[in-house]
Amino acid sequence: MHPLLFVLGIPLLGSLLLAFTGHRPVARAVNVAVSFATLLAAGTLTADVVARGPTFAWGREFFIDPLNVFLVTLTAFVGFTTAVFSRPYMQVELAHGKMTAPRLRLYHSMYQLFLGTMLFALTTNNLGILWVAMEAATLATVLLVSVYRTAASLEAAWKYFILCGVGIAQALFGTVLLYMAAGKLLGSSGGALLWTNLEAVKGSLDPDIMALAFAFLFIGYGTKVGLAPLHNWLPDAHAEGPTPVSAVLSGLLLNVALYGILRCKVLADGALHNHLASGLMMGFGLLSVVTAAFFLWRQKDVKRLFAYSSIEHMGLITFAFGMGGPIANFAGLLHMTVHSLVKSAIFFAVGHAAQKAGTQAMDGIRGLITVSPTVGWGLMLGSLAILGLPPFGVFASEFLILTTAMREQAWATPFLLLALGVAFAAIFARVQPMVFGETSVRRLPHPPALLPVFAHLGLGLMLGLYIPPYLNAWYAQAARLLGG
Amino acid sequence: MSAFLSQFINLLAAILLLLAFAMLSQRRILSLIHLFTLQGATLAVSTAVVGYATAQPHLYFSAVLTLLLKVILIPLLLHRVIDRLNVRWDLETLINIPTTQLAGIVLVMFAFYLAQPIAQISATIARGTLGIALASVLLSFMMMITRSKAVPQVIGFLAMENGLFFAATAATYGMPMVVELGIALDVLVGILILGVFLFHIREQFDSLDIRHLEKLKED
Repeated sequence: MHPLLFVLGIPLLGSLLLAFTGHRPVARAVNVAVSFATLLAAGTLTADVVARGPTFAWGREFFIDPLNVFLVTLTAFVGFTTAVFSRPYMQVELAHGKMTAPRLRLYHSMYQLFLGTMLFALTTNNLGILWVAMEAATLATVLLVSVYRTAASLEAAWKYFILCGVGIAQALFGTVLLYMAAGKLLGSSGGALLWTNLEAVKGSLDPDIMALAFAFLFIGYGTKVGLAPLHNWLPDAHAEGPTPVSAVLSGLLLNVALYGILRCKVLADGALHNHLASGLMMGFGLLSVVTAAFFLWRQKDVKRLFAYSSIEHMGLITFAFGMGGPIANFAGLLHMTVHSLVKSAIFFAVGHAAQKAGTQAMDGIRGLITVSPTVGWGLMLGSLAILGLPPFGVFASEFLILTTAMREQAWATPFLLLALGVAFAAIFARVQPMVFGETSVRRLPHPPALLPVFAHLGLGLMLGLYIPPYLNAWYAQAARLLGG
Repeated sequence: MSAFLSQFINLLAAILLLLAFAMLSQRRILSLIHLFTLQGATLAVSTAVVGYATAQPHLYFSAVLTLLLKVILIPLLLHRVIDRLNVRWDLETLINIPTTQLAGIVLVMFAFYLAQPIAQISATIARGTLGIALASVLLSFMMMITRSKAVPQVIGFLAMENGLFFAATAATYGMPMVVELGIALDVLVGILILGVFLFHIREQFDSLDIRHLEKLKED
């Protein structure tokens, strides 16, 4: 049996199981166990790929290649650590009366469904199924964001649903156009939407149709990546949902949406022989970086602050892939990985801090380090890592992106440097008093789970100093695949 | 493929566009649902006709799926929702209907302009239909922007999906079956979630006015 069956099947079965038992106290542990089993399956799959190279599964409907293998592992890993974090977090929320047993059941079931749909989106070879899985992931997260049922969370979820629903509808139109272009070459069988088939004939896809198709796909999936000016849903959804959901939204969902764009970009580049795709990605990427950096100054809510930081980083990654070429692509892939690890670590720390302070307003969180040094240090180190201080991995990838930009797109460098500087000042100025100084926070009845925070930061640090050879090889192969 | 069938599909496409315009200016929620049902029926007929004209049997299946989902199941759900929310006879005050209609015409021209290069090289049955499909998508999009009540916004969302489905049928003779089933499932689950949401919103704000949902702003 193919290990992929377990990677996709375990979260879906887990979702079903938790739909019936998710309200029991033991469900928090079951959630962790199911996520751990998914991680094990993903690990087996990865080992399989390391040993035997890229594979197809079930005909050619699913595939694992260097571009998605590390994302699958990353998704399973962050899914597991977030489940570990969510266990004590949800216990405290239950004690505070913010969660009730039926809501916990919904939360646990949707959490697993969300992980399952993302793994589906990553591994499917069929661009139509990719769309279906992305939409299913949206539906699952809408329910996760609104789980507190407060006025603010309902508003955030409604906005998220409508904006992403409209956005992803554009992506469906793009997919229809893509299928139309493919139908001329591959016939109108099911095989015409398989990415590997399309990639083989990308040079002869009709350029007129492909230009329009890519534009629609980019708007559609770009909305989900949180690119400006379609980013409005992102801060609300991050701030009003439970913190574990913020962590997986930032750490995983944005990556998966960007992955969708990358697959389409390869096809568009092959068909168009011009810089349409690159230009769009660089333009909107840069716009997101600059917009987010200046919005950072105006934030009062700690989760909104880091949500805007996610927009900034996704913009930077999109810009890197827009530049293209082996180095920028490599840097973009590395940045995807480290951003996902570090940002979810920050959300873990922020979640515990907000629970201790009883508020998400940054003015209300003071002197974390005196009450719980580990949460304080986690937040501080995480912030320094995300701001691109060496020796963390974010530094390495940002350095590569900036030096490539200086060489190839010199016009963009001042904007990038300005935005990174502004973001540094904004985040550091706010995190510093939250961590040090007079304290305002109290102890919690249940000890926080700090292992995920430091495991993520440790990996982020490791990737800054040493990249394992097979990961390096995947990055390099994927960078070649993505081309210039 | 006869010229008659091709003309018939064009006619159905024109009806679809007309219905999208009618929805744009319809103030009564109940009539909106009727228009949506009619749009679904037109879609089902056009899918079956395209299937017959091009001898693609799987299109019959998706015509039946459309009929079940968009003419029977979703309107039924919508009727139940507006009954339970007691908004069956609600009127929405729409400002500037003539301006909205004019903007709609501009959108249609834009859609045709975008679709034109593709229509020229297209070998599929009805050339103008891709433009019409894109136009209905954009019109529904505009309807969502101009509405301030939750139920019409949901109907706009569904109408947009109808436009997309028509694009898929007219331009490519339907997506692969597994994709089509997936899309239908997503739409169904989506409408169920939105329906539940409407009740939560009503409970929380005592109203279905989206203007209550504008508290989360940057200050």
